[in-house]
Amino acid sequence: MTSTPIVRLEHVGKKYGKVVSLKDVTLEIGANEIVGLIGDNGAGKSTLIKVLTGVEPPTSGTLYVRGQKIDASSYTVKEAHKLRIETVYQDSSLGEKQPLWRNFFVGRPITNRFGFIDVKAEKKVAEHIMRSTIGFRGVGIDVDTPVSRLSGGERQGVAIGRAMHFDSDLIVLDEPTVALALKEVQKVLDFIRSIKSGGRSCIYIEHNIHHVHEVCDRLVVLDRGEIALDAPTSSMTYLELTDFLMSLHARRPAAAAAH
Amino acid sequence: MAHADKRASSNPIAAFFKIEGTPIAFVFLLLVLLFMLTAPRAFMGFRVYMSFMANVPPPMIIALGLTLVVVAGEMDLSFPSIVAFASYVFCALYQNYDMTWLALVAALATGTVMGFVNGLVVTKLGIPSLIATLAMLFLWGGLVTVVSNGASLAIPDIEGTLIHGVFAGRVGVFPVQFLWALGVAGLVWMVLNRHRFGESLLFIGDNLKVAKVVGISIDREKIKLFTLMGLLSAFAGVLLTLETTTYFSQAGMGYLLTVVAAVFIGGTSIFGGAGKVVGTVFGSLIVAIIEAGLVASGVAGFWTRFFIGLVFIVSVTMNAAIEDPDKVPLLKDLRSRARR
Repeated sequence: MTSTPIVRLEHVGKKYGKVVSLKDVTLEIGANEIVGLIGDNGAGKSTLIKVLTGVEPPTSGTLYVRGQKIDASSYTVKEAHKLRIETVYQDSSLGEKQPLWRNFFVGRPITNRFGFIDVKAEKKVAEHIMRSTIGFRGVGIDVDTPVSRLSGGERQGVAIGRAMHFDSDLIVLDEPTVALALKEVQKVLDFIRSIKSGGRSCIYIEHNIHHVHEVCDRLVVLDRGEIALDAPTSSMTYLELTDFLMSLHARRPAAAAAH
Repeated sequence: MAHADKRASSNPIAAFFKIEGTPIAFVFLLLVLLFMLTAPRAFMGFRVYMSFMANVPPPMIIALGLTLVVVAGEMDLSFPSIVAFASYVFCALYQNYDMTWLALVAALATGTVMGFVNGLVVTKLGIPSLIATLAMLFLWGGLVTVVSNGASLAIPDIEGTLIHGVFAGRVGVFPVQFLWALGVAGLVWMVLNRHRFGESLLFIGDNLKVAKVVGISIDREKIKLFTLMGLLSAFAGVLLTLETTTYFSQAGMGYLLTVVAAVFIGGTSIFGGAGKVVGTVFGSLIVAIIEAGLVASGVAGFWTRFFIGLVFIVSVTMNAAIEDPDKVPLLKDLRSRARR
């Protein structure tokens, strides 16, 4: 990757009181790259994402966005949005009772000087996103449909479509396929491919290694707050990857003691 | 889903009742018709309606503010004391310094500050708003009794002044304050449905986590919300004072339960995240008409609260059923039996 990476973490650490969640993580996400982030529960995936997207500041280390150093104290979710970094959380990105068009624009509505929302314009754009970006041709779904009527896969589509519309360079997906039916999972994987073909980057956090191996360019394995592997997907077969993850498990003292 | 939509569009009656406020307007009309039958002498003349329009505005304006509070998943029970406080400030300034417009500004400012303090208590002390504002009901109520020395004030000579004409006058026989209430309703509707502040409230009430990750500053919006509620309560207090030309420390207490009832009868979601401003307007009218109608029908006044309670339960159930019939366990049961 010759261009400057979109984000770069340098020796980032995060402690919650005495609990060390991340220790000395150095990681780069390049342009138009789909990076799979794998790790057990408690490996530090969510913490890494929170630091990256401005939800929580790191305890140590530095963060660069497009080569520019970020001041941790003023880095917030809004700031991350301005730097075109978007996060799609597993199920807390959409307001259930609100119509789709509101969900597309919440947090940055199209308003006039007095803060009144241009509903017509928002609905038009929302309609466009649904048709073109995420390919909703579904019967019975329009911009006025409340999110509560959508299936899990459709919800992920809405959230991803929103992220792409706001021209984000980096979209973080936090376990988007959890609790989805097989058919729905395929939809989400298609959404992720559309991120790649749209020229954007993505960090894809996933439990299901098979999915990660299928769509990602690069794999990053996090283990107990440290990066255990950072390699292009092409360098490893699916079986080699699972073997590697199993070997991590075996090295773990707690696991060894249990056997 | 798809089939649900089809059913709605093929059924014009269901589609009609999905328009904001239509079910509750229908209930209101039924009540008017009912009282025309049971108390024709009162309800066939215009006088009872005029007295309505003079007395409903203060509780309606508070209920409109409370609708926004409930949309955000919060509650405010402190408004009776803010009504009393604003009323006291207005009366005292008029009586002692002959102020009218300045007294209005001072009364509104007092309510705004009290609402702002309510907001701080809810967000910064982290006390759930139901409890926090109950405490503030006592606190502000106690304070106004102290500063007014427990006495009442009467300002009968304010009648005939410009300010009285503007806020409590009559156009022919039509009470002006009803226009003010409708104006506030229009404004609140715009704020909730067309303003970014209203959108923030909708998402805060819908799901706090979502509101946070989309970048809404939750504390700031909540403080703004309680401040606005304080302002509207104070405005209601001034309208009440101008209509009755008196202050007494229990002035707003009678509104406490009826205002809360009006909001929920109007169809605003008990769970937050959705609100019906038009519903609140009719909810306030319904509560008032029950009070007047029962008395005029010759039912003992003691029954009014009983019937408000009854209408309360029926309309909340109806609103839930219109949203989704399966939300009402009884209907769900009947429907599944009918299908078998």
